[in-house]
Amino acid sequence: MLQVISLLVENKPGALMRITGLLSARAYNIESLTVARTTDPELSRMTIVVDVEPHLRKQVIKQMNRLINVLQVADLTDSPSVARELILMRVRAPMESRPAVLKEAEIFGARVIDSSLEGFALEATGDSEKLDEFIDVMRSYGEIEVTRSGTVAVMMEARRLRLSSPVPTKNATNPQTTIDNGVLNA
Amino acid sequence: MSNLMSGSKILLECLVREGVDCMFGYPGGVTLPFYDAMYDHPLRHVLVRHEENACFAAEGYARSTGKVGVCCATSGPGATNLTTGLVDAMMDSIPIVALTGQVSTKLIGSDAFQEADTFGITRSCTKHNYLVKTLNDLPQIIHEAFYIASTGRPGPVLVDVPKDVFQAQGHYAPVNAIHLPGYKVHTDGHAGQIRRAAHMMWEAKRPFIYAGGGVIASEASLELTQLVETLDAPAVCTLMGLGALSSEHPNFISMPGMHGSYAANMGMTHTDLIIALGVRFDDRVTGRLAAFAPHAKVIHVDIDPAEIGKNRAADLPIVGDVKRVLSKLNKILLELAPAHAPIHADSRKAWWNQVREWKEEHPLTPEISTSEIKPQHLMREIDRISGGKAVVTADVGQHQMWAAQFIRFNSPRLWINSGGLGAMGFGLPSAIGAQFANPDKLVFSISGDGGFQMSLPELATIASYGLPIKIIVMNNGYLGMVRQWQELFYNNRLNAVTLDCFPDAEKLAGAYGFKGRTIESPADLTPALQEAVKEPGPYLLNVKVTPFENVFPMVPAGGAINEMVLGESTQPMAAAK
Repeated sequence: MLQVISLLVENKPGALMRITGLLSARAYNIESLTVARTTDPELSRMTIVVDVEPHLRKQVIKQMNRLINVLQVADLTDSPSVARELILMRVRAPMESRPAVLKEAEIFGARVIDSSLEGFALEATGDSEKLDEFIDVMRSYGEIEVTRSGTVAVMMEARRLRLSSPVPTKNATNPQTTIDNGVLNA
Repeated sequence: MSNLMSGSKILLECLVREGVDCMFGYPGGVTLPFYDAMYDHPLRHVLVRHEENACFAAEGYARSTGKVGVCCATSGPGATNLTTGLVDAMMDSIPIVALTGQVSTKLIGSDAFQEADTFGITRSCTKHNYLVKTLNDLPQIIHEAFYIASTGRPGPVLVDVPKDVFQAQGHYAPVNAIHLPGYKVHTDGHAGQIRRAAHMMWEAKRPFIYAGGGVIASEASLELTQLVETLDAPAVCTLMGLGALSSEHPNFISMPGMHGSYAANMGMTHTDLIIALGVRFDDRVTGRLAAFAPHAKVIHVDIDPAEIGKNRAADLPIVGDVKRVLSKLNKILLELAPAHAPIHADSRKAWWNQVREWKEEHPLTPEISTSEIKPQHLMREIDRISGGKAVVTADVGQHQMWAAQFIRFNSPRLWINSGGLGAMGFGLPSAIGAQFANPDKLVFSISGDGGFQMSLPELATIASYGLPIKIIVMNNGYLGMVRQWQELFYNNRLNAVTLDCFPDAEKLAGAYGFKGRTIESPADLTPALQEAVKEPGPYLLNVKVTPFENVFPMVPAGGAINEMVLGESTQPMAAAK
């Protein structure tokens, strides 16, 4: 079953590797993964769609919460959220089929972003099933090439971000240690 | 306060501030600047003979003290050799900080000499890891590493330091705070849940305490003992939890699971309330999960939320540090006792009688022969000498199970073994770490003849530092546990398990400059052990034991834990009661 997970992650080296590594170590298949900076450049927002047995969904979230670079994890599978995907498509369209291709694009709410003698470049957003249909329809007109963004999702309820506060280091109150004279004065 | 220092010196300064007094390591090309800075620094560096053993030794140090163990290796092969130790520490939740050298930042990614992607390789071997890209980040990262390793559910943290970061000069300003906004440490436990747990405990007719390594990690032995005594419930300690409750405590049953006692596994099967403390319902404890403790409700206390409900659903989960949770819980239990304790007192008495009956029916008794040394006999004699007080380290396999069955541990942090990962070769190097941390304690390193030979080079370390470790090789000439499985489950087609050409122990030890001896007669066992213990330095005692002895009771893989094979002549038996 597909699980949609939204993560808020510190934008640190290796953060993406930790998350994908966690999933692969447990043999879960990633269906899609998107990641980009948030308005705070120190943070990234990820949406991951992963194929997981329903009874393991909680475990996936808990494992992600263990990661030090992960600030927030939410399972959007059953909670109020909006999910969309973007596709870019190049469709070959000879002169005689061009009006029909444009008509179909319009029906699916796709936009023409480029046009050439060979055909069109189209852009469409929607939920993944609708985009699947769009692809099927366009394929009937001729050769196509598609790039999908993978699902991006946003929670509809605001969730408070719980962050840990700073803690003092050991000896923070007594920073008089010195190593230069070869004697420990800890 | 700031002064110009090299990265190496700054690193040493940070280690001192973290209270590190000893580290285990092996130098190499890129760590040369670090080792140069150590030249006139009082921090003790213990030179082992293989990086894997540096990590195992650091684990022995950490497991026997509760402090963070520190190990150090060079880039490339040094770092890759650490990985088994890191996974071992990860599996058993042991606080380790591993420092590795890396090729200079400019060379990273160029397939330079002794370059390996340590950061990538150790991602899954560690609780967290770092690649230090500039000297500015170094102090902060080192302190974060110690904080992450030692708090929450402990674990290994690796810091990869490129050569030019060691060499760079910078102004050192002490770091006074750590800020890891995403690092969630749950410690207190939900007050309402704790109160509910107390009620459930008094409501139970057949309570059973299942204590694990988490009790030791949180230093909660006292609180566990109070709980056991307040409830007067039978208690088992897992392989990782042995010593959390004294083996001599009247309520202590034994270890549960694959090679646990009959009483422990029957108790687990028939209880109506499992009080699970710092455990993870490991497959070696539960056997076939679907048949595990079918009548029981579960109270599960653990600091790691991901452990709760992972294998067995908890009826009452409490996320928190076992020590803190138990100290609150014990108070509430005592408050409730006058009104609640008498309600099921009769049922509990009957339950205790039943558990005692199981204990008497099939006690863990060592096989003893007059013609050959039975491995159980060996463990019994070590136990007699230890009196529950010695540090005992072990590898994995038959000797480990017999040691766990027959050696008493009257306090935590005495029993040191590779539990989760089951790494051969762990015992000897971990004894090195334990002996450095406990110079006045008697330390036994028990290995099989297989595992011993995996860490043989460390005899040099032991000799070099004159560590008075009593090295006991339980020598049956086989990879015993694999042989046992081949015998029982693969039609006795013994393949690749014969370990011939074991060296002469006296000559081997002699070659390193200390005493050694081989014995094979039961009459020699006690005197030889006494001689070993009396020896002020290291001692290698090679004990030839019955080659074909098997570990029982045994729950076959995939079996329910009440379906134990009890002994050579006993058929698998299902619990009828």
